[in-house]
Amino acid sequence: MLRGLWRLTWLEIKIFVREPLGVIGTVGVPVLVFVVLGRLLGPRVRAGAPDMPRFVSVDLPIFVSILIAASAVLSLVAIVAIYREGGILKRLRATPLRPLTILAAQVLVKLLSTAVTLALMMLAGRRYYPVDADVPIASFTLALLLSTLSIVSLGFLIASVVPTARFAQPIATLIVYPMIGLSGLFVPVEALPPTAQMIARALPFTSAVSLLRGIWHGEGWYRHAGDAAVLTVMFVIFMTLSSKVFRWE
Amino acid sequence: MIHQPAIHVAAIRKTYGRTVAVNDVSFDVRPGEIFGLIGPNGAGKTTTMECVEGLRTPDRGAISVLGLDPKRDAYALQKRIGVQLQEAQLQKRIKVWEAVALWASLYQKPGSGDRLIEQLGLSDKRNAWFMSLSGGQKQRLFIALALINDPELVFLDELTTGLDPQARRAIWDLVRGIRRRGKTVLLTTHLMEEAERLCDRVAIIDHGRIVDVGTPAELVRRHCPEHTVVVATDDPAAAMRFRDIPQIDSVTSDGLRVTIRGRGDDLVTQVIQRLAEHRMRVIDFRTETPTLEDVFLRLTGHAIRE
Ligand SMILES: Nc1ncnc2c1ncn2[C@@H]1O[C@H](COP(=O)(O)OP(=O)(O)OP(=O)(O)O)[C@@H](O)[C@H]1O
Ligand SMILES: [Mg+2]
Repeated sequence: MLRGLWRLTWLEIKIFVREPLGVIGTVGVPVLVFVVLGRLLGPRVRAGAPDMPRFVSVDLPIFVSILIAASAVLSLVAIVAIYREGGILKRLRATPLRPLTILAAQVLVKLLSTAVTLALMMLAGRRYYPVDADVPIASFTLALLLSTLSIVSLGFLIASVVPTARFAQPIATLIVYPMIGLSGLFVPVEALPPTAQMIARALPFTSAVSLLRGIWHGEGWYRHAGDAAVLTVMFVIFMTLSSKVFRWE
Repeated sequence: MIHQPAIHVAAIRKTYGRTVAVNDVSFDVRPGEIFGLIGPNGAGKTTTMECVEGLRTPDRGAISVLGLDPKRDAYALQKRIGVQLQEAQLQKRIKVWEAVALWASLYQKPGSGDRLIEQLGLSDKRNAWFMSLSGGQKQRLFIALALINDPELVFLDELTTGLDPQARRAIWDLVRGIRRRGKTVLLTTHLMEEAERLCDRVAIIDHGRIVDVGTPAELVRRHCPEHTVVVATDDPAAAMRFRDIPQIDSVTSDGLRVTIRGRGDDLVTQVIQRLAEHRMRVIDFRTETPTLEDVFLRLTGHAIRE
């Protein structure tokens, strides 16, 4: 069955690359945002200007990373909706492919595009944005992949409920963006009203932001084991839930 | 029957809200035969077939396919069957050869993908994206995918919809080839000609119920036993000479033309005997034998294409 997974994943990668708009949307936009912001603000960041808003100086990489994960989810939801509406999911299911394999292939494609986006961002941004030598890139990549995995599995849940392909992207956007708003990226979670705090803690974005931020600043996995655990648990919960409510046609 | 049937369907029922898509349907498909489900749009053919394939779950009733339960033994079954769905798509930008190679990689003993591509006349489309194929080419690709694992049992839902007459004939040959190799085929069709030429047995299904099952010839004999012979002759007494044929329904004449209607397989022979006996000069001779289409009209009260 692994063979089927590898085959399908490789095919989906090729198909993904054949669609220029999709590539620009998921890979190009986050890189562009990073470069443009880095170019505008880079010199001031380098100079350590005291008037720099905290957000820009500290959180730009985290912000763009979350953007990468979010665009991965959005494109996943769109793809699943299109595949379902076109009967592609049904056609794939009427083969020895396991349902989980079909979905896992999509996740793998998204993880790969996340990794590639991150790499491109680092390469392109290096000139404008001082990626500190002591930023643990490997750890950060790992953290981003874990976050993406968890967020993408939430995507499956969303994909299970969107009615048609036409509404998939707008509905997913409506669900995902407020989650990012609550994630602690802009306003610390502790500063939110109690109800909002509770909601925020139940969303993968919040743990993702906390983990990514910590790893970026070299705090190490040990101090963020809680975040990593929450992301993993969410991944398991979302995948289990989606496998129950997922609609194939 | 010594063999167990390839497919055994017992009293299945499937509803969607208030629509009863399939109502108390039972039939058996024998190993090595081509079995057709025929019926008008919305009759429940696809629903029935997809229940048998394990893609839908009937609300009630039992199904056994190659001795397996299509739901419980889904994976064991998937390896041994080939499925062509009525309304399927593939990824827009997947190439023909890639789809065939993916499918081939999913089975232990796949047949030759290249040979199938060639047999189905897709050789010059090998590298084309799925989205660029014509309707008929997509259909042929799906048939190729259904046959890639050389399945024991093949499901073809509307196998020649959208195909030109040439491609249709090629597919018929292909399906007969499947039967020659001892495999079993369950298909649905709108074309009575297709059912008549291809199927060993058919089930006529209407409003979710099976109206009758049998070989096309049996069904015609059972439901439309009447034959018509039209003779044009200059013998003024012609009409009279046919009146005493047994099992005759009517003899009417219109100028030189005499129309004889009756039942039984002997009608035509009887008419020819009378012609010879009375040395009538025959100017024209035509017989009209009912077809499956007539059976269909009679049983369902409406034409299949509406
Ligand atoms: N998924 C579904 N949801 C709701 N109703 C359905 C569904 N599938 C089938 N039906 C209904 O069940 C009935 C039978 O449909 P089915 O597709 O089995 O017919 P069919 O004989 O294959 O028709 P056609 O010749 O048009 O392919 C129809 O009235 C259809 O509207
Ligand atoms: Mg149908």
